[in-house]
Amino acid sequence: MTASTRRRGTGQRVPVALLVPAALGLLFLVLPLGGLLLRTPWTSLGPRLTAPGVLTALRLSVQCATLATLLCLTLGVPLAWLLARVEFPGRRLVRALVTVPLVLPPVVGGVALLLVFGRRGPIGGWLDATFGVTLPFTTTGVVLAEAFVAMPFLIIAVEGALRGVDHRYEEAAATLGANRWTTFTRVTLPLVAPGVAAGAVLCWARALGEFGATITFAGNYPGRTQTMPLAVYLALETDLEAAVVLSLVLLTVSVVILAGLRDRWIGGP
Amino acid sequence: MTPPLLDGHLVVDRAGFRLDVRLRVAAGEVVALLGPNGAGKTTALRALAGLHPLTAGWLRLGGVELDRPDARRFVPPERRPVGVVFQDYLLFPHLSARDNVAFGPRRQGLSRRAARQRAADWLDRLGLAEQAGRRPGQLSGGQAQRVALARALAVHPTLLLLDEPLAALDAGTRLDVRAQLHHHLTDHAGAAVLVTHDPLDALALADRLVVVEDGRVVQEGDAATVTTRPRTDYVARLVGLNLHRGRADGRRVRLADGFAVPTADRLDGDAFVVFPPTAVTLHPDRPGGDAPHTWPATVAGVHRHGDHLRVRLTGLLDTAADVTPAVAAGLRLLPGQQVWASVAAGDVGAYPVGP
Amino acid sequence: MTRRAVVVPLVAAVLALAGCGGGTTAPAADGAPRGTLTVFAAASLTESFTTLGRRFEAEHPGTTVTFNFAGSSALATQITQGAPADVFASAAPRNMATVTDAGLAADAPAVFARNQLVIAVPQGNPQRLTGLADLTRPGLKVALCAAQVPCGAAATTALDAAGVRVTPVTLEQDVRGALAKVKLGEVDAALVYRTDARAADREVDGVEFPESARAGNDYPIVVLTDAPNPTAARAFVALVRSAPGRAVLTDAGFQPPAGP
Repeated sequence: MTASTRRRGTGQRVPVALLVPAALGLLFLVLPLGGLLLRTPWTSLGPRLTAPGVLTALRLSVQCATLATLLCLTLGVPLAWLLARVEFPGRRLVRALVTVPLVLPPVVGGVALLLVFGRRGPIGGWLDATFGVTLPFTTTGVVLAEAFVAMPFLIIAVEGALRGVDHRYEEAAATLGANRWTTFTRVTLPLVAPGVAAGAVLCWARALGEFGATITFAGNYPGRTQTMPLAVYLALETDLEAAVVLSLVLLTVSVVILAGLRDRWIGGP
Repeated sequence: MTPPLLDGHLVVDRAGFRLDVRLRVAAGEVVALLGPNGAGKTTALRALAGLHPLTAGWLRLGGVELDRPDARRFVPPERRPVGVVFQDYLLFPHLSARDNVAFGPRRQGLSRRAARQRAADWLDRLGLAEQAGRRPGQLSGGQAQRVALARALAVHPTLLLLDEPLAALDAGTRLDVRAQLHHHLTDHAGAAVLVTHDPLDALALADRLVVVEDGRVVQEGDAATVTTRPRTDYVARLVGLNLHRGRADGRRVRLADGFAVPTADRLDGDAFVVFPPTAVTLHPDRPGGDAPHTWPATVAGVHRHGDHLRVRLTGLLDTAADVTPAVAAGLRLLPGQQVWASVAAGDVGAYPVGP
Repeated sequence: MTRRAVVVPLVAAVLALAGCGGGTTAPAADGAPRGTLTVFAAASLTESFTTLGRRFEAEHPGTTVTFNFAGSSALATQITQGAPADVFASAAPRNMATVTDAGLAADAPAVFARNQLVIAVPQGNPQRLTGLADLTRPGLKVALCAAQVPCGAAATTALDAAGVRVTPVTLEQDVRGALAKVKLGEVDAALVYRTDARAADREVDGVEFPESARAGNDYPIVVLTDAPNPTAARAFVALVRSAPGRAVLTDAGFQPPAGP
């Protein structure tokens, strides 16, 4: 974890049996990106980027993905801790339930969210009747939909990291007078920080690209609920090149942000 | 007699294992829990720290009940006045040595500044002032051990617990650290319990030894008593003595058919007899004269033991004899060979089996 | 492991996946339709074309009709990217134009049906909506299709014709999305095609309004240049445009094309 223990390239030969599938895997992931670049209308790029709505959708996407990630961190890290550290009946079931949003088609996830948080849903109905708050078709709804779909990525990463931490560090903290909460914040959390960071990155990336649950739960309205993926999808209906440009913008922004964060986390003190 | 600072009857049931240890430690006293692996020493230590609740019995420290299952009383580890030095130290890898030591004082309510000051003082006392800013990964084994000790002492514990404190060190460092540890344990005003499987650590650091085997105390006493009067094969092996059980009548202890050893003091009833392997002499033929403490034996094995050869004998008595290589060469010792063994009367110790 | 051991199964897997798209086509020696017919049709045609497909198979023994129902624009993209289809039935002339512009239509597309908008409301019309003007009522939640998709374009035309300005809560990606929000009760009304409102019969009622006549959607159909089975393709298009075909479509809520 410290700079002194980081391994540098050892100059060892990489086995061909690993190199070939690795190279194919990379190609497989990168070629579609190349396809996008090939179809990019470079000459009309400027006007397309400054077209009304593009920047709005981009800003909304980044805001919502970030808020969704914060929501996931707030709720997901404690849940991961519970799954990793506390024995309770039905823990296996809970662990399986946590992965449900991964398996569920996002559109179905969106419908499920509507059934609970929608105008006629038990919680949504109560919120509406009590506070006059409605979630569907609002930016909050976008954040909720993205968090629903992205949270498992965070939980799974953090739980794995927690399982990898020697729980005797927590015992040592207890003998030094730390209660469970202090132990969690002062010892456990710093120890799993890399795992939390990795989980948050996955979570953010998933939230940024979220489409199905968002359009189903939050609908599509420019400036309020229309994130980049929704804009891309609708652009695809009429104008392939516009869709390509929007995708490229989304990709560039996410790659820049993720690469920047990664350097900061891994190269930091 | 004043009540001991630590007074406990530690009973812990775990799958297929029961720990049942009576333990008393006075203020300023260092007690070593000595025993083979799996004897339950670490379980006892964890019970003292509150990391494992008792199944039965009780634990009192400084008059405060820390654990008493039948009264449903249990004080969790974070509220016990206990400091622990763990076997592999468990220094928090993300904190500097200073912040590791300051962790406990911080939890006791000291300001960040005061806690760091206390940590710096402790590190200074342990000769680690220069390493205060380093992370555990940048410390040597001996330094890490001392940081762990400082961390445990910085909370001013009533009870200091040490789990195999020297086991992770190499032989050279070990001598140094043992001497330092002894010094700091002497300074510690509270009770200290040390868990180890190394008799040398126990003898060097502890005022009193409690030998645990299979979850029970098999022997207890100061270093002199335990080393000269072992009561189990395990202890006898640890202190390098042959231990035999026999029956005393006055001035002799009968160990086997037709074989008895004399005793210095009058003794009756069941008795233990000990003598060091170096006190055993081997002869190719029966030695002359009326020697009652001579017996026929069969060589079971020979191996190097320091600059001696250790000969394992079977037959009348299962015992060990240390001979010089020259003697061994003269006897042409081979497994299965018949020899005569004798033991010098002055090297034999005998004491009753009963307490 | 050798390089070949890794690459061969991978390539084999890719080829196997690629092979999945291929269909079997028997040559029609005597001019009668035979073999497999692949029809790409707009999602709103699902019910009516499934019925027509079954009728076609009954009338021409030895034929099998497979459908690919999806959004018209997605279908147009698939066709221009080389999907092996015989017939394309689009919900909008614009998507048909994508295909004809690419030179993939064997002949001129023919309009075979027309779809009009209705106001979809929850069953029983609890808000008592009677026309487009009611959609501006404060507090009323309305879903429209996005302007990029045919039902959205039609809605804009209809609303403009009525001189009504509606602020929707959402601009849905397709008509089914808008309809789903009515079914789930999240919106009070949506502008959808009459056929869609009819297909959702129980939960949704369709409120007709006069301006819809000016905002209808023409459905063109065409046989594709690269059709693997052109004989069957032409026979199927003929069935769709015949009187019995029209009856099935009318049944589903379509209107006949604006008469010549």
